[in-house]
Amino acid sequence: MEDVYIIGAGIHPFGRTDGRSGRDQGVYAVRQAMADAGIEWTDVGCAYGGSAAAGSADIMVNELGLTGLPFINVANGCATGGSALASARNAIAAGEFDVALAVGFDKHPRGAFNAKPREYGLPEWYGQTGMMLTTQFFALKIQRYMQLYGISRETLGRVAEKAFRNGVHADHAWRRSPVDLETILNSPMVNDPLTKYMFCAPAEGAVALILASGKKVRELGADAVKIASVAVRTRPPGSFEVFAPSVDIENGGKPTILASKAAFEQAGIGPEDISVAQLQDTESGAEIMHMAENGFCKDGDQEQWLREGRTEITGKLPVNTDGGCLACGEPIGASGLRQVYENTVQLRGRGGGRQVPGSPKAAYSHVYGAPGLSGVCILER
Amino acid sequence: MTQLEPIAENLWTNEAEPALIGGRLPSGKIVFPYPSGDAAEGVEPWRLSRKGTLWSWTRQDFQPKEPYEGPEPFQPYLLGYVELPGEVIVETRIVDCVLEDLRLGMPMEFVVAPFDATRSTYAFRPEKA
Repeated sequence: MEDVYIIGAGIHPFGRTDGRSGRDQGVYAVRQAMADAGIEWTDVGCAYGGSAAAGSADIMVNELGLTGLPFINVANGCATGGSALASARNAIAAGEFDVALAVGFDKHPRGAFNAKPREYGLPEWYGQTGMMLTTQFFALKIQRYMQLYGISRETLGRVAEKAFRNGVHADHAWRRSPVDLETILNSPMVNDPLTKYMFCAPAEGAVALILASGKKVRELGADAVKIASVAVRTRPPGSFEVFAPSVDIENGGKPTILASKAAFEQAGIGPEDISVAQLQDTESGAEIMHMAENGFCKDGDQEQWLREGRTEITGKLPVNTDGGCLACGEPIGASGLRQVYENTVQLRGRGGGRQVPGSPKAAYSHVYGAPGLSGVCILER
Repeated sequence: MTQLEPIAENLWTNEAEPALIGGRLPSGKIVFPYPSGDAAEGVEPWRLSRKGTLWSWTRQDFQPKEPYEGPEPFQPYLLGYVELPGEVIVETRIVDCVLEDLRLGMPMEFVVAPFDATRSTYAFRPEKA
C-alpha cells in the first residue's frame, strides 16, 4: 500500500455557534484545510464525511463547488470521523486518487444525549425506566474500575483540571479558562463518582483533513505528516459497553484493545514510541481507563501517573493537549477528527502555548462510542 | 393499594417469588432480557437467579430526557449491575438503600418495586441479613 499523508487541517471552533448550521461549520473547516494545504476544491479527488445529528455531508458540494467528485456520506456514530478518515486514506492508498477529503461536523441540542432504545435494538422499558443513559455507563464503568484498581476521586479531578488548563491554549476549545481541583470535586454530582466538571458536554464544531499521496506531497512541497495507521474495530464477546442491559460473566476483550493492537501492528511501533496521545475523554474516568486499554500503562498505574503529572504537556506522555472532549465538548461527527487535527498541529510544531516540547515524532489518537466501537489513528513525522 | 402493572410483559415471572426471565442460547450462554424477533430462535426462556452480588453502581442525579417516564417531580435513583453467579450480569434499579451503603461484591436480592403511580419495575436490594 502506498503511504498516505495529511497535508491540510482545518477546524471550526467547538462549542456553540448560534446562527451557523453544523454543515456550514463543516464547509468552514474544509475551506481552512484547503488553504492550509495550498490546494483548490478542484484538486480534491474524492470526499468522505458525516455527522450524527446535523445532516448529510455530501450536500456541501453546493457551497464548495459542483466538480462532480464522489462524496460518500459516513454515518458511524462516534466513529464517523475515524471511518471517514480510514476510507479517505484507503482511496489514496489504493492509488485511485491523489487528494481526498475527510470531514466531520455536528450540532447537538443542549443537555445529555437521549438515545432511542429502538435504534439500538433494545426494548422500550430499558429507556422508560431510566437506564439508557451514556453518562450512567461511564459512571458504572469507572466506579467498578476504581474499586478494583484503587483509583481515587482526586485522580478523576486531576484529569479534568489538566483538560481545562490545556484548553486555555487551544483556539478551537470551548472551555478556555482553568478550573481548580477543589471546584471540580465539589461541583454537582451527575452520576456518582462523576461530577459536572468531569463530564464533557454535547456541542458543535467541525474538522476537515486533506489527505494526499506521496507524489502529491512532493509536487506541492507540503508540510505533511504521515498516516502510519488507522484501525476501527467493533466489540468482541464479553465486553462491557454502553447501552447494555446485561454483560457476560466471562470477562472478554474490549474494542479499544483490538483497535489499539491493530493500529500499533500496522504502524510497526509500540506504546513506548508515542510522544503525544489524544484519548477519548467523554469524562475523566474514560481518559484514565483508556490510558491502560491503549497500552500506555498498567491498570492502577494512573493514580501515580496523574499525581506525578506524567500526562501533562511537559510530561513523559502528554495526553489530550487541546483539553480533549472535556474542554472542547463533543460534536460526535467531528470529535474523532479533532484528535487527529490536534496531533497534526503537534507534529508540525504549531501548538503555540500547548506545544509538546522536543519535536514529537509519533502521535496517537483514540475514540470510543456506542454500541461498542473504537477507532485509533497513529501519525508520524 | 391498587395492583401495579408491570412496565413490560414477560420481563419477570408471575409467581409468589418472581424472578427475571432471561434466555439460554443453544451454546449454553445465558442472556438478559429474553431476545425478541428472529434473535429468539432456539433460545430457551430461563428463570434467572433471585440472588447475586453487586458488580457496579451509580446514582442518577439529573432528570433524564424522554424516553424516561419516571414520576414527577424527579427523584434521584440508584442503579447498577448485579452478577448472578454462573448466569449473567444484569443492569437493574437498586432500591431500599442509599448510595453510601453500596460496596463491590455485596449480596443483593431480586424485588419487584413501584416505578410510578400505576406501574412496577424490577430491582435488586441489599440482601437482608
